[in-house]
Amino acid sequence: MFVFDTLTHRLRHGCATMAYPDGPAPALPDRHGGALRVDAAKCPDGCHECVAVCPTEAITPAEPRGIRLDLGRCLFCAACVEACPHHAITPTGDHRLAVRRREDLVLGSPGQEEVRLAGALDEKLRRLFGRSLRLRQVSAGGNAADEADLNVLGTIGWDLGRFGIQFVASPRHADGLVITGPVTRNMELALRKTWEALPEPKLVIAVGAEAISGGPFAGRPEVLGGATAVVPVDLYIPGWPPHPLTILDGLLRLLGRLEHDRPPG
Amino acid sequence: MSSASPFALLANAAALPWTEVPEWPAAELVRRTAGELDRGARLCAWFGVPEGGATRLAAVIAFDADNTLAVARSTPLAGAYPSLTAAQPQAHLFEREVREQHGLTPAGHPWLKPVRATAGAAPANGEFFRVAGGEIHEVAVGPVHAGIIEPGHFRFQCAGEEVLHLEIALGYQHRGVEPALAGGPHRATFSQVEAVAGDTTVGHATAHAAVREALAGAEPPLRAQWLRAVALELERLANHTGDLGALAGDVAFLPTASACGRIRGDFLNLTALLCGNRFGRHLVRPGGCRHDLEPARRTQLLERLSAALADVEQATAWLWDAASVRTRFEGTGPVTAQQAAEIGLVGPAARACGLVRDVRCDHPAGWHRLAQAPVAVWPSGDVFARARVRWLEIQRSGQLLREQLAAPPDGDLRAGPGPAAPDTLAVALVEGWRGEICHVALTDAAGRYRRYKIVDPSFHNWIGLALALRGQAISDFPLCNKSFNLSYCGFDL
Repeated sequence: MFVFDTLTHRLRHGCATMAYPDGPAPALPDRHGGALRVDAAKCPDGCHECVAVCPTEAITPAEPRGIRLDLGRCLFCAACVEACPHHAITPTGDHRLAVRRREDLVLGSPGQEEVRLAGALDEKLRRLFGRSLRLRQVSAGGNAADEADLNVLGTIGWDLGRFGIQFVASPRHADGLVITGPVTRNMELALRKTWEALPEPKLVIAVGAEAISGGPFAGRPEVLGGATAVVPVDLYIPGWPPHPLTILDGLLRLLGRLEHDRPPG
Repeated sequence: MSSASPFALLANAAALPWTEVPEWPAAELVRRTAGELDRGARLCAWFGVPEGGATRLAAVIAFDADNTLAVARSTPLAGAYPSLTAAQPQAHLFEREVREQHGLTPAGHPWLKPVRATAGAAPANGEFFRVAGGEIHEVAVGPVHAGIIEPGHFRFQCAGEEVLHLEIALGYQHRGVEPALAGGPHRATFSQVEAVAGDTTVGHATAHAAVREALAGAEPPLRAQWLRAVALELERLANHTGDLGALAGDVAFLPTASACGRIRGDFLNLTALLCGNRFGRHLVRPGGCRHDLEPARRTQLLERLSAALADVEQATAWLWDAASVRTRFEGTGPVTAQQAAEIGLVGPAARACGLVRDVRCDHPAGWHRLAQAPVAVWPSGDVFARARVRWLEIQRSGQLLREQLAAPPDGDLRAGPGPAAPDTLAVALVEGWRGEICHVALTDAAGRYRRYKIVDPSFHNWIGLALALRGQAISDFPLCNKSFNLSYCGFDL
């Protein structure tokens, strides 16, 4: 009888929801690498080994030397990490990647070796959304992986609902829009209409390299190259797709729910 | 029988010079292709190859019983040709696509609408089929749906609750993958292939690598073939488990829904153990694989796999045990074996209609020449069958993985693959978790992609969902949709 089975199973397994953020964050897979760090000071003159191997041209040479690495275009394939003979690009293993401003994802200039993590919303918006945030998701050319790892946040292990965050079916009920995909021309109208249907004040969150920059489809005429082509973006969560932990960190950071883990400065 | 076929024969993941592909006038190609399909072959791909100001049609068909693929092409043409769809419904979308991509009109095609073409800032959906009558009402759903899911438009013609007709209009996800690949390989080529359908990264990446390796006349090291097969089954386990959970959720059976949501993540994390990414990104590369499964990691993978398989067995046992689930699954959204054969269904959707077709057994390539799982079939064609086939495949994939992980081949992980041969056609089929993935590459004189054709299993199967809804209650649409769980982006390319 499944009724007794499920009950005893539940009792035996106890609560399946992770302790984070009150407890430690679950470990990323060891081959994940997490956020990247760029020490452009290590780059010798004229060395651009990493530039040529990047599939999305996320790395560009800087003047007079060194590089700029745009984590908004990065697919986290680590080809640059393998190609760099000077260890100028290194994985940090850190799951935290979300930023408020697009330029905070560009690494390599002095003082910007790592991402400048997102700060919280201002006091007024935090009072509105801090304990209850309803989100509408729109996939605009998304490849179903970013969407899958957003869905994962609703499962019992992550239980997004405990933070008062919930994905809703109607834009009229939503406080914010979560966008995935490089924003295809064929989704431009639907995305714009959905955004317009959200009541003010409203947030926009771009999840994944494709929604931030177009990712591997950047520059293709069939796509607009990310969410900012259509709507203003308040939070960028890099990755291809971002790990669920990275997405959750971004959402909690925006709401000011990670008090003990404020970004430096 | 393939032996009497006038087509050029080749094995899966093989190549042959473009000049050796037999060419006939388009009407002759249509006639002969229809003849082979009548004798039991399946249409894997039908596409155009631009040549000068005209276009050649190319056909890739499969003789499953003979473990053989066959190809043929037409002489260059412009304008119209006699439609293959008129005799063979499984060609219907291919011919719509050819018309959209190359301007060739299949004369006699019954429903010649756009597939993905853009009209302003949305797809050019065209006119929908309408049922006449004062009692009939029309329901339009999408493109943006209620959950976290890709966009597509569904147009129902209903009499009360009963669906008389469903038309599915896609194209919203069109990123231009095929034109992006032409002229390549480029730096972004492999990433674009991995994003064709992001939940089938390993399947599409393996098909692309196989095509590239066939063009070079090279085989990747055995250890890489083994690792690709392992990753492909992990991908199947994660998605099938997620689907069973979602099906349970759609009939409000929450124990299985919540358990499978978590177990699906456990399977994704096994892929991440292998390559760092939960979806298998950056693992497969032409010539081999980028990450190895050393002994300690292999032991950990086996242990965690066994635990996840035991969990999914328990969670699905509740599902099969519950009469409330069975009454919702049984008889809902039926597709007959004859319909499935006529429209060319592939994957679990076809096997749930009793059709025995699985690329891993019918056209084994790579590691599947050495190790196979028995084909999982269920005859009833309804939601229950589509759920049941997934469960059988979970069991058989799990068993296959246990056997294969116990005895890995030694050797290198990556070699070559060397330059691609010029003016050569290569075909690779891979049985992804949704069914047959077909990649076809044709190189130019410099060995670059002159034409790259991708057929995701969803391209064959969306029409199956439309047929399953005929005569059903419209309230059963979410359940039927979930039982197919097709890809929007894989279809839209």
